[in-house]
Amino acid sequence: MKHKSFFWFVLPSAVAMMLFIFFPIISVIVQSFHVEHEQVIRIVETCDLFGCKESTAIDQEATAALRAEAPLGQFAGLTTYLDRNHLAVSEVGATWNNSNGLRDFGGQMLNLPFYKAIGFTLTYTFVVTPLVIILGFVIAVAVNGAAKMLRGPLIFFSLLPMMITPLVGALILFWMVDARGIIGATLQYLAGDPDLSVKASTPLMWIMLMVYGVWHSAPFAFIVYYAGLQSVNQDTLEAARVDGANRWLQIRHVVIPHLVPLTTFIALMQLMDNFRVFEPIVSFAANAHATSLSWSIFNDLGGETRQLSSAAATSVLTIIGVAILLSPVLVRTWREFDRK
Amino acid sequence: MFLRHVALASSLALMAGSAYADCQISGNVSIVGNEFPAIHTVAKNAAACTGGEVKSNLTADHQKINVDGMSGNPAEYTSAIIANSSIVALMNEDLVRPLNDLVAEYGQDIPKNQLISIDGNIMAVAFMANAQTLAYRKDVLAEIGVDVPSTYEEVLEAAEKIRAAGISQYPVGSAYKAGWNLAQEFTNMYIGHGGEFYKPGTPEVAINNAQGVAALNMMKALTEYMNPDFLTHDSNATGAEMEAGNVMIMNMWGSRMGALMDDEGAEEQVYSNITVGGPLTVAGGSTPASTLWWDGWTVAKNVSDEDAVATFLAMKHGTSPAILDDETMSQAVWMIEGYTPAPVNDGVFAAIAAGTTSYPMLPYHGLLHTALGDNLADFLLGKESAEQALADAEAAYTAAATEKGFLQ
Repeated sequence: MKHKSFFWFVLPSAVAMMLFIFFPIISVIVQSFHVEHEQVIRIVETCDLFGCKESTAIDQEATAALRAEAPLGQFAGLTTYLDRNHLAVSEVGATWNNSNGLRDFGGQMLNLPFYKAIGFTLTYTFVVTPLVIILGFVIAVAVNGAAKMLRGPLIFFSLLPMMITPLVGALILFWMVDARGIIGATLQYLAGDPDLSVKASTPLMWIMLMVYGVWHSAPFAFIVYYAGLQSVNQDTLEAARVDGANRWLQIRHVVIPHLVPLTTFIALMQLMDNFRVFEPIVSFAANAHATSLSWSIFNDLGGETRQLSSAAATSVLTIIGVAILLSPVLVRTWREFDRK
Repeated sequence: MFLRHVALASSLALMAGSAYADCQISGNVSIVGNEFPAIHTVAKNAAACTGGEVKSNLTADHQKINVDGMSGNPAEYTSAIIANSSIVALMNEDLVRPLNDLVAEYGQDIPKNQLISIDGNIMAVAFMANAQTLAYRKDVLAEIGVDVPSTYEEVLEAAEKIRAAGISQYPVGSAYKAGWNLAQEFTNMYIGHGGEFYKPGTPEVAINNAQGVAALNMMKALTEYMNPDFLTHDSNATGAEMEAGNVMIMNMWGSRMGALMDDEGAEEQVYSNITVGGPLTVAGGSTPASTLWWDGWTVAKNVSDEDAVATFLAMKHGTSPAILDDETMSQAVWMIEGYTPAPVNDGVFAAIAAGTTSYPMLPYHGLLHTALGDNLADFLLGKESAEQALADAEAAYTAAATEKGFLQ
């Protein structure tokens, strides 16, 4: 393609990306380097239905003057990033000096909100992503091998988890694992423990969140692999068969090599998606047991007093996290592209 | 012009027989608020005003949209229906109009005690009250031969007897869902122990003390008698547990008692025996371990005078004695003249009579509420000590309050 036509071809997408991706990210970064003005607080008398008492309120006139002077707030540099609710640098240092051994240090780190969130987020990402790829591949091969007549309904049912809104899908599972729900009651019966509760146990809650993650994302891997399977070279497969390769050997030496580029694609998408894990934590009310970076952002913005700078700093840390996670795959893709 | 007059005349004629005829506005009204029956009644009656457009957006997410919705100039919402906790977020951003002039001109007839004033400025008009109080099964207490508890210690004794009698394994209920609900329960229990949240006159938090530890220990003792899933139970879930006949005794919002005591969602044996009691005290204290709440309406600052007047008149009409009828009477503890309480409201009145503290209306208290909700679950799960959980909450609050400019 000529440079000029290429330019005009990509211009609309480039403009849209600038407007909807690049500028918002810049604005979030700027926000994360600022904190609010020093609040001028006055002692006031508050009277409500139940009587009057002394209370405090923000002095609006003084604040208005501060705001007019510096609309963005105080420049804080990296303070927000380094405070206890984010990277907690001084707390980590103190923990390192006071802890007995690595295990104790790890335990104490998980008490800090950011490390608690990143601990779950990374575990979730690295457990769910490979399982989604394997399960998606198995379903795709199975559906592809099924009789033609059955394939339509099979594809439909395999895709169902993806069609259900994450929030609703998670809520359905939430009620099923309740101590009085079908899965919860079955688990109690199998374990022989009438007090067993998935929602009350941190390890079980983690497992359930990951099972949900695999259940919800496997259809995506399945549909991509299924599409890939349609383009497997039938001559090669037939040649393999003639040479006496059984089904496993055909898959091992013909199908899997053919699908490797697709695996890279699925891995990229899933790493990004799983790093942003959010909906199941809200739907399962799992925040006592597991939090994620996205959940922290949601929590900062949802409180009665909103913490915009804190949410912005967590967002930037999330973006950096996604970039680090994706870098090996991206570097590999770039090298392959370069070789060609 | 002619058509408008005709329309006006005919709508007036239609309304002539009803109480709604007296609300005439000349401006537009747009309401944002929480979503429960009493608020629907208020919005519906505000919309009965004629002469301008009255819109409303009632949603459980109101707190997430009202600040942004009132920040523009002109504001998207001309009125936010708020409670004593959520008005703070609007006042911190200076989005609420002082109502002194409007009350003087149009609101002489609003009873003085409904006016919420801060530093001499009327910032809101309250129309209902709410509090968490006792709800219990009178048949079950009679069966085990126990008087109605008035303290949390008595609740524990009754719970042990109910369990020992084999009536229910988990007889106690409370909204302990991690996050807002859990923080609210701690707030109640801490106040009941006589705790103060801050060093006097400053935004510096001070909850890691004997009262804080005692409050957490009492909460932990109660959870021994709660469904093991208590950290996922909000007031909906724990209400359902009571209707299902599993929970026999609990601390519950006054505004939810109606749903528990009506004949829907439960067997007769259950709903006819659910009874409302006063708020509980704890550790020999006299201040109830509960907080008083009010709901009220505000007028946005960034709207034209014309719309502000229209909003004031419409909201005043929406919360006027005219809205009370057989259907709406039981929806809330209305702070409106002409309201006659029903048995479901006994708890809230008992809470007011008992001198229950109202929920702190401080500019930084929302930050502490969030910090408490995020950090106390670890103690209830047995992962850390009470002191550690309180220290974590204090540290999380301090970081947040520093970032918001309340602390240096």
